[in-house]
Amino acid sequence: MNSRERIITAKKSITDYLKEIWSFKELFWILAKRDILVKYKQTVLGIGWSVIRPLITMIVMAFAFGKIGKLDTNTAIPFTLVVAPGVIVWLFFSQSLQALSQSIVINSNLVSKVYFPRLIIPLSTIFLGLVDVLISTILFFIICIWYQFLPDWKLFLVPVFILMTFLAAFGIGLISAVLNVKFRDIGQIIPFVIQFGYFISPVGYLTESVRSTGQPWFYKLFVLNPVTGCIDALRWCMLDDFAEFNWNSFLPLVIFIVVTFFYSIRFFRKHENSFVDHI
Amino acid sequence: MTVLSIENVSKRYQLNQKGNSTDDLRDTITRWSNSLFQPSKNKNTKEDFWALKGVNLEVKQGDRLGLVGANGAGKSTLLKVLSQITEPTTGIVRVKGRMASLLEVGTGFHPELTGRENIFLNGAILGMQKSEILRHFDAIVDFAGINKFIDTPVKRYSSGMYVRLGFAIAAHLEPEILVVDEVLAVGDADFQKKSIGKMRDVSNSGRTLIFVSHNLTAVQGLCNKGAYLRNGELIKAGKIDEVVNEYVKTVSKFQLTQNWSDPNDAPGNDQARIKSISLTPNQEILVDNFDTRTPLKIAFEYWNMMDNAELNVSIFLYSMTGECVFNIADDAKIYQKGIVRAECNIPGDFLNDGSYYISAMIVKDRLAPVFFFEDALAFDVLDYREGTDWFGKWPGAVRPKLITVNSVQKELL
Repeated sequence: MNSRERIITAKKSITDYLKEIWSFKELFWILAKRDILVKYKQTVLGIGWSVIRPLITMIVMAFAFGKIGKLDTNTAIPFTLVVAPGVIVWLFFSQSLQALSQSIVINSNLVSKVYFPRLIIPLSTIFLGLVDVLISTILFFIICIWYQFLPDWKLFLVPVFILMTFLAAFGIGLISAVLNVKFRDIGQIIPFVIQFGYFISPVGYLTESVRSTGQPWFYKLFVLNPVTGCIDALRWCMLDDFAEFNWNSFLPLVIFIVVTFFYSIRFFRKHENSFVDHI
Repeated sequence: MTVLSIENVSKRYQLNQKGNSTDDLRDTITRWSNSLFQPSKNKNTKEDFWALKGVNLEVKQGDRLGLVGANGAGKSTLLKVLSQITEPTTGIVRVKGRMASLLEVGTGFHPELTGRENIFLNGAILGMQKSEILRHFDAIVDFAGINKFIDTPVKRYSSGMYVRLGFAIAAHLEPEILVVDEVLAVGDADFQKKSIGKMRDVSNSGRTLIFVSHNLTAVQGLCNKGAYLRNGELIKAGKIDEVVNEYVKTVSKFQLTQNWSDPNDAPGNDQARIKSISLTPNQEILVDNFDTRTPLKIAFEYWNMMDNAELNVSIFLYSMTGECVFNIADDAKIYQKGIVRAECNIPGDFLNDGSYYISAMIVKDRLAPVFFFEDALAFDVLDYREGTDWFGKWPGAVRPKLITVNSVQKELL
């Protein structure tokens, strides 16, 4: 007989909350595994899609921005390599944001029938995109071998910036997930945001090219985009000494993450108990 | 030893007075902007509804507690609070030991995943450790009888296989406290027997069971303690027989007719409101009491508030213990705004003696319930028998004369 006493009451302290999340870690893994398994069910290529998508995106971007947009003329290294970190960040960010914002609604059958800390659901979405990140990174190494390019020690920082990319998506994703329970409009807005976010993030071009347009106000706005910070940082650590570390975009990213992270968790806690009434 | 103590638990829901069932972003923005100009007016639109009011209850280890009460009495809310799906507004629940709740069979099954994958998924959702699932894995597959299909996606399962697998997993949970909502309502007789048996096992092994059902026979058969809830308040708690008697006594109001003259006061909603419902003997000679021979007529009238609506009426007859004796519906037809009358004839020599009650449902487009008028009528049928010397209680929900048994002398010795 388990003598531990559990108390169900209206207010829970933050430490109890974290302890509880920890005690449900097994469910966290199972949900993450489920999402990954389900994603490739009844597809012929299966995990192959995680290779094809980033590969084709990189090639198309390198062609469109490099060859047609003529951005590759003044880069020291092959333009496909320049595009790769941008594509890795963008695919991970957009996928995570999409999955986060839908997470609660998609799992409404769980939310209305069983108890567990609801935060487990959005947290477990991270793995969905991580599989793709892992595969695209391997792809990046293959391209490196192809072009005989050798990244330096900074490569070990890649996981840090990937985590920051998830955190950048986490805050807004979590708030969207909560709002989406009551207002399904969010489900319409997010794909739209992702669609145009692509163009205001330096996926296929360099932040440097924005600075050199000669319009300082535009550059100042541009670096506020958290995705810009992620891509700049990843370019800095993946591409040897091709890109310099851009504090202009990194600081806004850190501030953005800290603010949205704590605010979104507070927002989530405030609303998680009423999910079942609105779902 | 007390394993579960509920101390002064209340639960409040806020109802939107304006009937904002379609709560979209535009409405909220409109309300926000309105509230900027008329802050005081907006506050009146929320109304409190207390689904539970100061409930105090203690459950001892090994108890099998049956929760009874009419619909909307707060039973499900109490279960939801116990299983932590919603938090109580006030009060405290103390739980000792692991608790698992079974509000549905196969919660979280993913149709694309195989039976094997779903066992692990569902097990984890219900709170089992991986080692536990592994230990019971073969037993679960056997119990469900799906050995051949264990690696088939559950979307290809028949609905029976699906339910069996869901129950098999839940049955192998080993919680100290098991909370069960009316899962027994689904599935065939065999499955119901199996699940009742499994719940008995749970309580025989010293674990605690909390069970909610409308089926009083099942509650009485399974539970030793009972709690009776009415309008969110705990009316009586104690031995199951006393609690069930109390419940039946307050519910079995002998009600043969109900009338409303003003649609605004009548039960119903924007689509339909009840005008009247009555039960009369369907024969020339009027009698005060019905016995098993009396043919009965149910007359049901309602205000239809919709134009060109395809409607039909569905009549439910329940025995006093909550088992549905029959559910009969008429053919759907197009009706205009106005009063619609429906009649249902129950032939004589059909019902058994005992208490019955009737609910009526108005259905739209042959599938969507518009309004369910529950426990609309309640009545007793008296016993009548001839040609027998036996006067014990005649068993059965019905005693139809149209089903006959005939004996002949087949051979002479």
